[in-house]
Amino acid sequence: MSFNVDERGYYGNFGGAFIPEMLYPNVEELRSRYLDIIAEPSFQEEFHALLKDYVGRPTPLFKAERLSAKYNTNIYLKREDLCHTGAHKINNTIGQILVAKRLGKSKIVAETGAGQHGVATATVCALMGMECIVYMGAIDIERQAPNVARMRMLGAQVVPATSGSKTLKDATNEAMRHWINHPVDTHYIIGSVVGPHPYPDMVARFQAVISEEIRFQLQEKEGRDYPDYVIACVGGGSNAAGAFYHFLDEPRTALIAAEAAGLGVNSGHSAATTFLGKPGVLHGSKSLSMQTEDGQVIEPYSISAGLDYPGIGPMHAHLFESGRATFYGVTDEEALVAAVECSQLEGIIPALETAHALAVFERLQAKPNEIVVVNVSGRGDKDLATYQNRLKLND
Amino acid sequence: MNRISALFSKATEPILNVYTTAGFPHLEDTMTVLNALQAGGVDIIEVGMPYSDPVADGETIQLSNQAALEQGMSVAHLFEQLKDMRQTITVPVLLMGYINPVLQYGVEAFCAKCAEVGVDGLILPDLPMVEYEASYKAIFEKYGLYNILLITPQTNDERIRHIDSVSNGFIYMVSSASTTGAKTGISAIQETYFDRIAQMNLKNPRLIGFGISDHESFIKASKNASGAIIGSAFVKMIAQAKDLQAEIIDFVQSIKGKK
Repeated sequence: MSFNVDERGYYGNFGGAFIPEMLYPNVEELRSRYLDIIAEPSFQEEFHALLKDYVGRPTPLFKAERLSAKYNTNIYLKREDLCHTGAHKINNTIGQILVAKRLGKSKIVAETGAGQHGVATATVCALMGMECIVYMGAIDIERQAPNVARMRMLGAQVVPATSGSKTLKDATNEAMRHWINHPVDTHYIIGSVVGPHPYPDMVARFQAVISEEIRFQLQEKEGRDYPDYVIACVGGGSNAAGAFYHFLDEPRTALIAAEAAGLGVNSGHSAATTFLGKPGVLHGSKSLSMQTEDGQVIEPYSISAGLDYPGIGPMHAHLFESGRATFYGVTDEEALVAAVECSQLEGIIPALETAHALAVFERLQAKPNEIVVVNVSGRGDKDLATYQNRLKLND
Repeated sequence: MNRISALFSKATEPILNVYTTAGFPHLEDTMTVLNALQAGGVDIIEVGMPYSDPVADGETIQLSNQAALEQGMSVAHLFEQLKDMRQTITVPVLLMGYINPVLQYGVEAFCAKCAEVGVDGLILPDLPMVEYEASYKAIFEKYGLYNILLITPQTNDERIRHIDSVSNGFIYMVSSASTTGAKTGISAIQETYFDRIAQMNLKNPRLIGFGISDHESFIKASKNASGAIIGSAFVKMIAQAKDLQAEIIDFVQSIKGKK
């Protein structure tokens, strides 16, 4: 079975490009050219130079000795939190802005939820001297003031999405509408492995540098180029796609995805899409999404603003349906406990999204001779207010 | 013969298609609006199925979708409202909406229900042509439903020819690169585009939509096509109407220049 995208833009039963005709020329231009552009030597050279000198790659693969001792196995942390801007998101924005340049685009539009992708987009736009518009849910703008300030300091225009539930899904709708209204000069940088084909594949390719590095770093440290487990959190799923990418066809590696179960999978306040979602079309691709019986999209809930998306990328829907990846639902409480544990055992404060991935060790029951790699997708600075509040750090 | 084909084959004046959101302004207004549209002299009625994430639509239609959903509108309830529609409505009726609610209802069940209540065709902007041909066309045809496809100023000639070959009824010609209700009026550049398409001698007639809001833009658009489609301007009007029926009749007559 193939876990990569096919020539129709599908992963098994999921994917495709369900877009209005108004977007067809833009998406088709991208689809017909992205593989050739990415393969160009000049692109590869520029992309890797920026990843190295600007993003700070390769990011370390750190053996977490005290976590390993606690869970009686070998736990490695892939330190995407050390990327410039504090998360893996910039791997994708660097790649996409280089594609946009080669497509002759002068303006960038993006959506953002918690603001991490917005900051990563604003950053590369500043670097490349491109105009940047970021749509962000009006509610998220209030919740994530520091990231709004970062984007503005970087010169981006932050536009509140005031429709629907005023969060990430609506920001995505608004970014798509903006693209419909500005089809010629604008490229839309989607922040996750979602959206119409070729976005899920293109974003996965740019994030695949994560698993590429894990392979050679493990070879150096352990004498083998694959782990027994790779764990990553999944909202839309871009950091997981990157961490899984080079292990998709490696049967010795189990792929573990941690979804946000919020107050509990069946609490009515959750974002655990594989548990609660049904096949459907959201934001241009067929995948699993949380929806009512009537097919209206449900606003999900999670303590983590990066995981409260009502869908998952089509690649992950296929990994779930085929059984290639195992999905765990992790509650707010479990994530908070894991965040404290990682902070106090390893001196690393993880992002709340990452904390969900760090919460599955107990359930994993990895053996003493096995190797577990967790993708630390982002750092916890942006979540400090939530940590302060929920963990009563200032009382 | 499908009512849409019958209409185009006998039409002598510009065809007016008006879009309305089902369950708006109030949940049970749907049939009142449809009857008033017909009484005013509309030629085609396009009934919007509300959706939580209507990406091709601008603010006006989006807000009407949201309001209708909050009032309890659903696909199942719409079919309930339309079940006796053909006792009064004789003009062609299209359902417009997004693919996800149709998928959840079940494509075949949805089409069967459309045929049962007397719907003539569908406009599903996020159902792309390639998917339609591969998985939906046979089902639509089994139930005698026309699939109305869109073209835009950015659609190239080769693709327009392909869309024309797959379409039946008419082609929905989007007047500018935009979401619904984003722009008003018809510019000279748009007239050049209308002209270019007119000269392609397509097998299907065309209706022009997006940016049509009054008699002047309706007549201007109709010079280069069989007629035009009004959506946002109508929804904006009914959102504030005090006497829904009278104001709808008045609106349609003023667009058509019969008043």
